[in-house]
Amino acid sequence: MDFGFTEEQTMLGDSLARTLERSTDAAALFDLGAGAALMTEDAGGFGGTGPDILMVFRTLGRAGAVTPLLDSVVLGAGILSAAGEGDLAEAAVGGEARIAVALDEPGQRYEGTVSTTAIDGRLTGEKSVVQGAEDATHLIVRATDGLYLIEGGAEGLSLRGYGLMDGGRAAEVSLKDVPARRIGDADLLDRPLAAAILALCADALGVMERAVDLTTDYLKTRKQFGRPIGSFQAIQHRMADLLTEVEQARSAVWNLAGNLDGPDRDRHVAATKSLVGRTARLVAEETIQLHGGIGMTEEYELAPMARRLLAADARFGDSDHHLERFIAVCAA
Amino acid sequence: MDMSFSPQDQAFRAEVRQFLQDRLPQRLSEKVRLFQELTKAEIEEWHAILNEKGWLAGNWPRQFGGAGWTAIQRHIFEEESALAHAPRILPFGIAMLGPVLQKFGSKEQQDRFLPRILDGQDWWCQGYSEPGSGSDLASVKTTAVRDGDHYVVNGQKTWTTLGQHANWIFCLVRTDPAAKAQEGISFLLVDLRSPGITVRPIVLLDGNPEVNEVFFDDVRVPADNLVGEENKGWTYAKYLLTHERTNIAGVGFATAGLAALKRIARGQMSGGKPLSQNPLFAVQIAQVEIDLMAMATTNLRLLAQAAAGQVPGAESSMLKLKGTQIRQAINDLTRRAVGPWALAFPSEGLEGANDDLPPGPPEAAGATRAYLNNRKLSIYGGSNEIQRGIIAKSLLGL
Repeated sequence: MDFGFTEEQTMLGDSLARTLERSTDAAALFDLGAGAALMTEDAGGFGGTGPDILMVFRTLGRAGAVTPLLDSVVLGAGILSAAGEGDLAEAAVGGEARIAVALDEPGQRYEGTVSTTAIDGRLTGEKSVVQGAEDATHLIVRATDGLYLIEGGAEGLSLRGYGLMDGGRAAEVSLKDVPARRIGDADLLDRPLAAAILALCADALGVMERAVDLTTDYLKTRKQFGRPIGSFQAIQHRMADLLTEVEQARSAVWNLAGNLDGPDRDRHVAATKSLVGRTARLVAEETIQLHGGIGMTEEYELAPMARRLLAADARFGDSDHHLERFIAVCAA
Repeated sequence: MDMSFSPQDQAFRAEVRQFLQDRLPQRLSEKVRLFQELTKAEIEEWHAILNEKGWLAGNWPRQFGGAGWTAIQRHIFEEESALAHAPRILPFGIAMLGPVLQKFGSKEQQDRFLPRILDGQDWWCQGYSEPGSGSDLASVKTTAVRDGDHYVVNGQKTWTTLGQHANWIFCLVRTDPAAKAQEGISFLLVDLRSPGITVRPIVLLDGNPEVNEVFFDDVRVPADNLVGEENKGWTYAKYLLTHERTNIAGVGFATAGLAALKRIARGQMSGGKPLSQNPLFAVQIAQVEIDLMAMATTNLRLLAQAAAGQVPGAESSMLKLKGTQIRQAINDLTRRAVGPWALAFPSEGLEGANDDLPPGPPEAAGATRAYLNNRKLSIYGGSNEIQRGIIAKSLLGL
């Protein structure tokens, strides 16, 4: 039994962390091979296992870097590779192509009804909160009968872009007779989506660890009533509970990383995303409360962490959604 | 990263499972499963079966007659034992006193006491808590005054688990009343048959006299029964507590409890459907199962660290906290799963009544007792509030 990382994974994490200290620019990350680290060898990468994904995204989360790696590589290139679209997958892994993945539809929340329909190779429908859509060279669209590939500037495609609370961007996507090519069945999503959920959870873990470190420092230095506020038992016990929950989240992320390609994947996806989503919200709320007023200011570095944690719960199914999934998977 | 057990550990698990299947009497496992109290003879019977196999003291080195298991092997044994509803090995001699004597006891004490723990001649109990010393253990007031080659002990111990069956007690006693709290304490072994000792059972809210008060009135104890040095007892006590914390998470108990809960929830009806399909109840079971999956991995991560020679710090307090929360949640759901049958409770019977045959499935009567009894989980072994203090202190150092 081994809960550690290989030497290569550790080195990758270290060099990624050093690069991120200088720049969070996507080009620099692709140059470093961050994309390739997220893909298996047969998909043009040199990693792609659960622990590789964990290492990269936990590091990104700690650094607070906003990157296209999750959408364009883990999800996008992952689907393309599974669909046998090797060339485009490789371009996405290298950063030359940008993929956005359009799954959910307006008002349907998570994994809801899909109405987008393909007729004679043309897609019509509405897609909601498509991350990275504005920058995408290609979009993968989930339609009623499978997955389709369209080009970024295709005729009939219109985007309404907006910012997200974690610093990224998304768009509401309208498709009207957009020329599209079917690339496979919806079940091609299974592994890439599980990997993306692992990536999101590992990212959230990195953010939680940073938020807890920041709060720890604050509790040691902030004085009220002539003492560091961390010396008050009410604060200490609150912090101890928080640390215990983060330790649970860490184990949950490890569980998914270790079982990403095992027979129990679905059960672990649901368990980990549910637990991490719940804990992410808790850490956001508690670290703000433990800081007091300063924790609510945009100027202080906690603010983007708290928003990024809330974002992690709200994507790919929140904690309730995955609790329900867990019950369904266990009953099956 | 490889989350699976090594082939050797898997083989060990299979061996343990086979042994439990062959040698664990169903009489005993059935009582454990239904949360019925085991008699002294039944506990001793299981100890003897394990001792014959050489598996009673998995944590002891071979030189002392133990199995010399790794932390992972001990975990596997505990998990399999819990899943098979084996009686719990009494911790007092094996897990608590044994390691202290092996580390700090004299050769004579080791030769005299360790074999008797294994072969069942001695049943030890723990003399730590006092009426005025619960979480604040260093405030113990029971005194031991040197008189020639004896100590004279006066005072009172309490919450002494299964002390009614014991013939020996290890005690924290104050030997230097002038010293600072932790510095005047000694670790003394006392024969419970000594004149001046009174053991009085305390009936708990589950109806069971699981714990006792032990009174010492001018009890003369040979000075040879002092472990290590006088006034160094706090060091030994702390060492003992770190050993008490292994298996603190109770993953095996929680796993077995969760399986039982699911079985019961499938058999009880709610609105015409099995309770297990009631969305409100299913969510609560799923929640605790998800928490347990994570906690089990935290436990294994710590075991792997221990195997690599790292000393666990605040993490073991986190395990105690989360492990007890999970087990208490399972107890609570199990009690609620049997619905109104959870009301049945042993009491003074009317003439002709048969309180020994409670209504409902056999699990029903045990569900309430387990729930009530396991309120102790968050109180003993350093209350959960003490654990939170330890976690915060290790992080903040304040």
